[in-house]
Amino acid sequence: METIENKKIVVPGEVLATGMDFLPSSGTYRDKDKIVSIYVGLTNVSGRVIRVIPLRGRYMPKRDDTIVGKIMDMTFSNWFIDMGCANMGVLSVREISEFVERGADLAEYFSHGDYVVCKISKVTRSSVDLSMRGPGLRKLGPGKLVQVDSSKVPRIIGKQGSMISMIKDKTACRIVVGQNGTVWIQGAPEDEMVAAEAIYKINQESHREGLTEEIASLLEKKASKNKPLTREDEEPIMERGRNETE
Amino acid sequence: MKRNDGRAPEELRKMEAKTGIIKRADGSAMFRIGETIAYAAVYGPRELHPKFMQNPEKGLLRCNYNMMAFSGSGDRVRPSANRRSREISMVIEKALEPVLDLTAYPNAVIDIFIELVQTDAGTRCAGICAAAMALADAGIPMKDLVSALSVGYLRNEIVVDINGEEDMNEGATDIAFACLPITGEVSLLQVDGEIKKDVLLKALDKAKEAAMKIAEVQRKALKERYHDKHDA
Amino acid sequence: MTSMMHDHITALLQKEMREDGRKPLEYRKPIKVEYDISPKSAEGSARVTIGETIVVAGVKLEVGAPFPDSQDEGNIMVNVELTPLSNPEYELGPPSVVAIEYARVVDRALREGHALDTKKLCIKEGEKVWTVIVDLYPINDAGNLFDAFSLAALAALKNANFPTFDKKTEKIDYKKKTKTPLPLDKSPLEVTVIKINGTLMVDPTIEEWKSVDARLTVGVLENGVICAMQKGGPKALTMEDISKMVDIAVEHTAKLRKLL
Repeated sequence: METIENKKIVVPGEVLATGMDFLPSSGTYRDKDKIVSIYVGLTNVSGRVIRVIPLRGRYMPKRDDTIVGKIMDMTFSNWFIDMGCANMGVLSVREISEFVERGADLAEYFSHGDYVVCKISKVTRSSVDLSMRGPGLRKLGPGKLVQVDSSKVPRIIGKQGSMISMIKDKTACRIVVGQNGTVWIQGAPEDEMVAAEAIYKINQESHREGLTEEIASLLEKKASKNKPLTREDEEPIMERGRNETE
Repeated sequence: MKRNDGRAPEELRKMEAKTGIIKRADGSAMFRIGETIAYAAVYGPRELHPKFMQNPEKGLLRCNYNMMAFSGSGDRVRPSANRRSREISMVIEKALEPVLDLTAYPNAVIDIFIELVQTDAGTRCAGICAAAMALADAGIPMKDLVSALSVGYLRNEIVVDINGEEDMNEGATDIAFACLPITGEVSLLQVDGEIKKDVLLKALDKAKEAAMKIAEVQRKALKERYHDKHDA
Repeated sequence: MTSMMHDHITALLQKEMREDGRKPLEYRKPIKVEYDISPKSAEGSARVTIGETIVVAGVKLEVGAPFPDSQDEGNIMVNVELTPLSNPEYELGPPSVVAIEYARVVDRALREGHALDTKKLCIKEGEKVWTVIVDLYPINDAGNLFDAFSLAALAALKNANFPTFDKKTEKIDYKKKTKTPLPLDKSPLEVTVIKINGTLMVDPTIEEWKSVDARLTVGVLENGVICAMQKGGPKALTMEDISKMVDIAVEHTAKLRKLL
């Protein structure tokens, strides 16, 4: 059996393996005896299974993901939210924690240009339903926005939230990481900049060894010595890190 | 026979390619062949407006080819879509569509914008090369890249990648060609001028061979965006 | 407008900070001018980069009849197309009023600042004159197109040479460029100063641009004399604002001009 290099950069149409020894998985397809990449991405070989993990691309919505999105439009009963994927998310008035009177002006709750944190309740082929019922789901106040690749979100959150907790603690910022790659940061302006720098760095260099230590020293060096927020200051939001190989 | 710019019949002009040049776009690329320079940006898949154009079965691939006003070889090119650029935009869409699975994008659109900064023949083909790279750079799943070039038949000889001066030759036949590098399947074919069938088939073979060299340039450029970071 | 981004931007400004860490009167980096980006096709061309914003400019020359009121003078024309390639919010179609304003504001400084000696663009009085056309396109619109366009237009004019004009056939041979540059007399350059929540700033990002209360584009000549202005934005300016904004524009146009 031939050996396939792991974490190699490949492009669409690139033949990854020939023969029947390997099995094509996500990011690849079989063309007769060849396994071919469909992405600009990194190879991921485990046993006989070959995958290609894309390096860039729009967010693919998944049920139960927490996302940060922007209100783009509204009707009598729904808000339409841009979360950087192919279709707008739909937030129904019934899915927010407050009771909305019939015929109320929805703009009094959330209006164009507002940013909200929601949970994805349902994904169909051409629609994404959102919900704002749940701890921490809300409209976001003034803050800094950072856009990262959605594929890098697990690295930004870290194992059991270790990376993001470190950034929050050292910068004393409130941070909401949407699985769609939109990150909201609120704190002292200087600290917001430092938190953003750390997040950008993770986004850029996610594959590097020893990144956690580098981020720690960056935060140590640059973050002001503001008192970290106590847990009570923070609205709990479920942040699910994912397996990095996923 | 020597060509006007000293190239051998099967020699491509000098190529240059780069991705990620337009930060606001989901994907972008520059492709240069000789003096022809094309920029391409991809936005999407994003929601298609107006809503009545949405198709729940299949997404739309929408391309717009444009020559910048100063990019022509003679007079200033008047802005606004003309018949030529509309037809070219359409054939570019069709050249790229075979590598995409548009059924994955219900109600959505993938927009490709191509701008020619300078032209010296082969503009639609340079546009296709740039657009294919921009699509890949945007992380859109693609069965393969698409590589394109024009082939000429002039003075009883097949020449690859004709330049503007060759294109102006009396009796020159110009073939615009694009193919999928792995299978060699043809996704763009336009012939301007007289040609016998056996010569045409020979010309297409040479075009395919040359397209493989273009594909190498495209692949390299797509990887370069990540290379420094990857090795770091 | 009271969007979240607006609130964020104004909150930062209270501490004299901007979303990308700059000071109010600081430009993004890098700022650069490159020439000959379309040397085969255009008579002159340039690309300007300000931070992540990239624009290109190309100059074409045409020959035509003079205007009735200026029989011995050539003409200048500026055109802007807001390419959807450069910004997801731009759409295809005829030029929007936004594009028209960009073109007219750049045009005004070049024309009223007498960038070109239009008399030297005359081939035969009353019959044939040169028309100089500057076409401007954003490649990546990350804000501050006004300054980028103004700088690119001037750079492309500076880069341009006449093509050959055959007086017998009355045709231009674009393939044969002469060594004669355009009669560029002066270098009018524009800087746009914006005001958000009382703070005056230069080189706005896209988000800052959307939060502008008022803006003033000022065209300035090498000697510091003003040659064009355009006030924009929903709110009014005080006399004091205007005075300060002019000073800022004079200072920054001088800096930008050194890049040419």
